[in-house]
Amino acid sequence: MAEGTKNIKSLIGYVFIGILAASTIIPILGILLLITVKGIGRVDFMFLFETSTSMETGGIFAPIFGTIILTMVTMLIAVPIGILSAIYMSEYARKGRLFHFIEMTIINLAGVPSVVYGLFGLGIFVLLLNIGVSILAGALTMGVLILPLIITVSYQALRTVPDSLREASLALGATRLQTVFRVILPASTPGILTGIILATARVAGETAPVLFTAAAYYLPSLPSTVYDKTMLLSYHLYAISTQVTGVSEEQKYGVTFVLIFLVLGLNGLAIFIRSKISKKLGALN
Amino acid sequence: MSNNIKLSTENLDLYYGQTHALKNIGLEIPEKKITAFIGPSGCGKSSLMRCFNRMNDLIDGVRIEGKVLLNASEDIYDKKHDVTSLRRRVGMVFQKPNPFPKSIFDNVAYGIRVAGEKDKSKIESIVESSLKRVGLWNEVHERLNKSAMQLSGGQAQRLCIARSIATEPDVILMDEPTSALDPIATQLVEELTFELKDRYTVVIVTHNMQQAARISDFTSFFYLGELIETNPTKKLFTNPDSELTEKYITGRFG
Repeated sequence: MAEGTKNIKSLIGYVFIGILAASTIIPILGILLLITVKGIGRVDFMFLFETSTSMETGGIFAPIFGTIILTMVTMLIAVPIGILSAIYMSEYARKGRLFHFIEMTIINLAGVPSVVYGLFGLGIFVLLLNIGVSILAGALTMGVLILPLIITVSYQALRTVPDSLREASLALGATRLQTVFRVILPASTPGILTGIILATARVAGETAPVLFTAAAYYLPSLPSTVYDKTMLLSYHLYAISTQVTGVSEEQKYGVTFVLIFLVLGLNGLAIFIRSKISKKLGALN
Repeated sequence: MSNNIKLSTENLDLYYGQTHALKNIGLEIPEKKITAFIGPSGCGKSSLMRCFNRMNDLIDGVRIEGKVLLNASEDIYDKKHDVTSLRRRVGMVFQKPNPFPKSIFDNVAYGIRVAGEKDKSKIESIVESSLKRVGLWNEVHERLNKSAMQLSGGQAQRLCIARSIATEPDVILMDEPTSALDPIATQLVEELTFELKDRYTVVIVTHNMQQAARISDFTSFFYLGELIETNPTKKLFTNPDSELTEKYITGRFG
């Protein structure tokens, strides 16, 4: 009898946990399914690779191109700064008051709403530094937005490298710098890549920070330098959903489909690279 | 003693913050012999060993007074002394095998590469001779490009020894090198250590008194940060000068 109730209790427990677990997966799958079903019909070669002559119906190469370029420029700016900051904090900084102050600042920065970054970018990069509304200004703004993320994740990745490896390297006559670049960075590459993946996805999807700093509502041609404005997928989606009348539902879902699978594709690629690297190095411990 | 003195300390004191961890240590370590450091945990034997390649520099709040001399004349704590070249000449093997997450080849080549060696054939021949000297060549020569993380504990520890002798050091410091190994791997490492003294001066910290008795020529006994006694191993284990040593080696404390 007692055994029976125990079994029923644990069964109920399992079902409950299962439902909760499923409840996190179902919405994601639901969203992806809905977008795919409604949008995939619109996606063809012309849709992806034609620069549009019309907001309502045309191909979306311009915003796709803009998003990719903006993401790349952002990463070129933010990744080196982020990783070097993380290296400083992990390998060089003494864990004193200054260190904790920097740490607190980074954590707090990560919680600032993205529209605030947009206004910051407008004030500093666009107006004060007089870069103008451009890919560069947008990338700098996005860079500031994702720096806390890259630093935090990279820092944690660097800390997972056991001190025994630092000691081994130094004991062989390596300098601190050699130790960082030959042992610690390679060993923490998978973790750091995770941070970059997350940041990439964030940059490709964010709208608010580029609203005032980089995004163009409509452009007849592709940007030719980083000082040009650009169309962006996220902002384009926002524009055709709220600003332009007479856009077909399929067009909107088509754009959404491309945006979401661009982000997922980037993630997938980075996860692939990461697993390749960790296989080659051999897992730590 | 008729031997040349490779390493020596004079009035060496070491503090971790307020803790006085080594007290007025005066010690001489003869060349091409194995010197064992024994004593209960926390007695300072590892701290002293880490003075010889200045690994204590890495710890915040360490203060060192007195002298550590290499070849009787080089003061290794002199401000002008180059720490990286010191560490190439005074190699270290750690308690837990710590191969880099790199290939076996790259592990052994690490020390000479960071020293600036670029000649491929020279690196290859040093890697080969180092692996041969630790008896690992036959086991791994077909998979030099595979990750060193796949090696067993004993193999990994011998790899670490190969890695440290690849830079042609004069001295090899071993910090309880077999405490994480099984008995068979331990025996292999002990035999290897015994062979190493033909070319190198070996200092070994060990918790295992049988090990000290088996492989070392000289033994130093430490207690509470003080050097109690240094003697030829046979004498220390059969007829120690100090009553404290005798109590320790007969297992009455520690």
